[in-house]
Amino acid sequence: MRYDRFDFDVITEWISPGERVLDLGCGDGALLRHLTAARQIQGWGVEKDIERVRACIANGVNVLHLDLDQGLSGFENGFFDHVIMSFSLQAMHNTQGILAEMLRVGREAVVSFPNFAYWRHRQSILNGRMPVSDSLPHQWYNTPNVRFFTIADFEALCEMDDIVIHERLAFDEGKVVLEEPNFLASAALYRLGRRGLSRP
Amino acid sequence: MIAPQSVGRVTPQVAHFAEPLTLRSGGVLPAYDLVYETYGQLNAGASNAVLVCHALSGSHHVAGHYDDAASVGWWDNLVGPGKPLDTRKFFVVGVNNLGSCYGSTGPKATNPDTGQPWGAEFPFVTVEDWVATQARLADRLGIRQFAAVMGGSLGGMQAMSWTLQYPERIRHALVIAAAPRLSAENIAFNEVARQAILTDPDFHGGDYYRHGVVPARGLRLARMVGHITYLSDDAMAAKFGRSLRHGKAVYHYDVEFEIESYLRHQGDKFAGFFDANTYLLTTKALDYFDPAFEHGGSLAAALARAEAEFLVVSFTTDWRFSPERSREIVRALVHNRRPVSYAEIDCPAGHDSFLLDDADYHGVLRAYFDRIEV
Repeated sequence: MRYDRFDFDVITEWISPGERVLDLGCGDGALLRHLTAARQIQGWGVEKDIERVRACIANGVNVLHLDLDQGLSGFENGFFDHVIMSFSLQAMHNTQGILAEMLRVGREAVVSFPNFAYWRHRQSILNGRMPVSDSLPHQWYNTPNVRFFTIADFEALCEMDDIVIHERLAFDEGKVVLEEPNFLASAALYRLGRRGLSRP
Repeated sequence: MIAPQSVGRVTPQVAHFAEPLTLRSGGVLPAYDLVYETYGQLNAGASNAVLVCHALSGSHHVAGHYDDAASVGWWDNLVGPGKPLDTRKFFVVGVNNLGSCYGSTGPKATNPDTGQPWGAEFPFVTVEDWVATQARLADRLGIRQFAAVMGGSLGGMQAMSWTLQYPERIRHALVIAAAPRLSAENIAFNEVARQAILTDPDFHGGDYYRHGVVPARGLRLARMVGHITYLSDDAMAAKFGRSLRHGKAVYHYDVEFEIESYLRHQGDKFAGFFDANTYLLTTKALDYFDPAFEHGGSLAAALARAEAEFLVVSFTTDWRFSPERSREIVRALVHNRRPVSYAEIDCPAGHDSFLLDDADYHGVLRAYFDRIEV
């Protein structure tokens, strides 16, 4: 379920024309392609799977074959306007480190992830089974996910690590969820910044 | 039997240049020849030309074969109809660099001033000199701008140098298994190889031609050292391990371990056809290459001139030019906001991986060439 149109459209709204964008875990480059067409961005993707790297190249998207768990040490402070990580944060071991790196090399970060506390997921747990859903499509034994967290957990981490939440959109089945997002939303999308840096 | 995707039988051509060439070293060649091969057809707009640059011991013979069907080009697995660098779409040029022993003017050629082989008098040549002469050949062939320039190892350095010397004449650079400059360790290996040649009693200060000998022992040692750096520890372990020719130690200095046999064979083979002066010149060209030097050591500043799009490829087991050296290039390109893609291919064969047809590697190259518009 990596990108639905909703995800694309929201991120596009947050990106200004001509920005420099880094997309971490960029898959086949679909989002960068969309942003290049819609916002004339200059984008680079980071991907660790060689088949997806090949797909990006075939799609005409700049892609860097790097392992994110090794960090973004090669990139300069504040070089990118936006650093995006769409539905990959839950698959990273070094959650705090990667968030810090995203906000070091980028002025802002855009992060989306599946909400483990979504009501259907809670129901699964109550029934004694690990949740499997559109936003958590894998079985427990083959999931690439290594961190299981909720909207409330993520926002507590942001508070602890001095990360400012500029905007949040929670959604379920492509529709925005305004009430009780930690219960009713299957996924959430954030626009983040560093404390002390105001948005221009 | 000719492989179905082969460009088939090819014939090298010679371009003679009568205008003197001043080299970076200050040396002057009054005139020179470049030997080259082409595959495919140059289109009407001359927009489909791809230059393939060769590495230390390579040549213009990139693809196809000569009368002897076994004389297959060194990158034949890449170049041909239906291959990743598809000769139905592209006009591919392979050129032999100055200083080589494969036909372009080099130390074996006759110095017009003396009527003798150039030998030790042949001027030092650099990557930049090679690129400058490749540009002259492009002029001769009617190629104003290359769709792409590609190369592996030292060839990748030439592709990079193209983007700096002639930014408007290259649309894409494919820099494979290369480095932005040699490390001290790289230079150290080259120096061992050179000392092997220079101290061979048959070297005669580089003028061995007139003595009717070649410094084969030195060249052999140089190649043996080189070969160690082209392979990986894993590849050597897998191919040779500690295999003993006699099944047990027999306590002599003839071949016991199979790796010894392999290195001796490679060394002997190489010393039988390669020119020692060419080896010296080419390793020096490698050592001197450092586009960042004139920019206070900043590769990013050096690459600011580039206008091309880049594909950078490295191999996980390459310790001669490790992936980190390629990442240096990538970082400097991103700094300059250049369009760049980077692939790090998991291949066990070390530096030599760039010559193999690993599926991931060739998949990436094919995808890149497919999207180049001509």
